[in-house]
Amino acid sequence: MQIFSVPNLRRFGKPLVFAACLIPFAWLAFNWWQAFAGAPHDLGFNPNETSNRFSGDWALRFLLISLAVTPLSRVLKSPKPILFRRMLGLFAYFYVCTHILSYLWLDLLWDWAGLWADIIKRVYITVGMAAFLMLTPMAITSTKGMIKRLGAKRWQRLHKLVYVIAPLAVIHFFMMRKGFQLEPLIYGAIYLGLMALRWKRRGGKRVKAA
Amino acid sequence: LKTLAHTKTAFDPGETLTPYDAVTNYNNYYEFGTGKGDPSENAWRLKVAPWSVKVDGMTDKPGDYALEDLIDYSALEERIYRLRCVEAWSMVIPWLGVPLSGVLKKVAPQSGAKYVAFETLADKGQMPGVKSFFNVLDWPYREGLRMDEAMNELTFLAVGLYGKELPNQNGAPIRLVVPWKYGFKSIKSIVRIHFTDKEPKTSWNMSAPSEYGFYSNVNPRVSHPRWSQASERRIGEFGKRKTLMFNGYADQVAHMYDGMDLAKYY
Repeated sequence: MQIFSVPNLRRFGKPLVFAACLIPFAWLAFNWWQAFAGAPHDLGFNPNETSNRFSGDWALRFLLISLAVTPLSRVLKSPKPILFRRMLGLFAYFYVCTHILSYLWLDLLWDWAGLWADIIKRVYITVGMAAFLMLTPMAITSTKGMIKRLGAKRWQRLHKLVYVIAPLAVIHFFMMRKGFQLEPLIYGAIYLGLMALRWKRRGGKRVKAA
Repeated sequence: LKTLAHTKTAFDPGETLTPYDAVTNYNNYYEFGTGKGDPSENAWRLKVAPWSVKVDGMTDKPGDYALEDLIDYSALEERIYRLRCVEAWSMVIPWLGVPLSGVLKKVAPQSGAKYVAFETLADKGQMPGVKSFFNVLDWPYREGLRMDEAMNELTFLAVGLYGKELPNQNGAPIRLVVPWKYGFKSIKSIVRIHFTDKEPKTSWNMSAPSEYGFYSNVNPRVSHPRWSQASERRIGEFGKRKTLMFNGYADQVAHMYDGMDLAKYY
C-alpha cells in the first residue's frame, strides 16, 4: 500500500508513534501537576504508589512492545516495523527512568543512602536495578554513530541483553506483588510467547533490516 | 448507612482525620480483590444482616451469637486511632464500637485460654476474591491475639466509622481494630471467635512467614524484607513521616512485650 511507504512512515508515521508513546507520560505529568497544585487529579488516594506502578507498568509494556517488533515484521513479511524498533526501545528506557525517578523522588525523597540500602537488601529492587543497568548501555549505543563505532556484530551482541532484561523486569514485578498474582504472570507469558516466535523463526528465513 | 449514636472519648491523637472518601475507597480486603479500589467496588455483594458470630473453643458459653447480642449498641463509643498499614501508609480514623475486652468477658473464656483467634467470612457467592483461582491467601482469613493483647484497653471492636455504620469494604458489620499493630491484624467481617491455648495460625503469616509475623507490632526498627518500616506516608500527604514505635501507643502496650526480642517476634 502506498500510504505505508517507507518515506511516509519516516515522515508521518514516526512522529505519530512518538506522540502516542508520550501519552502515558503526559497523563502522569498532567496529574502530578494537578496534584501538586491541589487540584482534582486521577492519581488516587496514594499518588506515589499510583505513580510508581503506572510508570513501571509502561516500562514493562514498552520493553515487550519493542520485543514484538521483530516477530511482527516476520508475520507481515515486511521490514517496515523495524523502522520503529529503536524508538520503542528508547521509550522503554524512558519509562524505566520515569519509574526510577518516581521511586527515588517520591518514595525515597532523594535519600541516596536509602537507595543503596534498598538495592543491597531488597532482592526485587536488586533485580530491577540490574535490569536498568543493562538497559543503559543499550540506550547509549542506540545511535547510528555508535553502531558504526562498535561494529554491527558487537552491537548486536550487546543488544541481545534485552532477552535478559525483559525477564528480569517481569521477575521484579512478580516479586513486588504479594504472593502469587495473575498480572505479572500475564506479562511473563507474553514474553515467553514473543521468545517462542523468535525460536520458530530460526528454521525459516531471517527478516533483516538496518 | 445508618447513623449510630455514640459518646466521644479521650482516645484522640488530635491529628487531622483522613477524609471519609479515602478511608472508604482505599482498602485492602482481598476477599473482594487485590486492588485498592476493588473492595469499594465489589463489597456491595456482602450481606451484613442478619449476622452471627460463632464463639467456640475454650469458653464456657460457646454458641452462635447474633451481632446484637454481642455488641451493646447503646454503649458505642468513638475512638480516633492511627492505622498503620504494613505497606508503609497510614490513616487516622474515627471508629465507633466497643472495647473487645467487654465482649470477650461476655462470652466467658476459660482460664486456660491463652489466645483468641478470629475468622472472616469466606463466601464465594459474595466475595469474588475468594473464588478467584490466583489466591494470595488461604481462606478464610485468620487472625489472632494473645489474651493480654485482646484484653488491652486499646483493643476495639468497631461497627462504624465517621458516625455511621461500617461500609462493607471496611469490614462490616463487625471488625477488630488493634491500633499498635499493622493493619492486617485488624480482621474484618468477623464470623468466628475461637479461644485456644496454642498460638493460632494467621493468614499472612501462613502465606509469607518471613514477611509477616504473628505479633506484627508496628516497629520502625524491624523492616519488612521488601521495604523499610522506618517511615510511612499518611494518605493525603506527599512527604513522609517517621513511624512511631507501637504506632505511638507504646505507653499503653509496651509493657506486654517486656523481655521479648521484637526482632525475633516480629
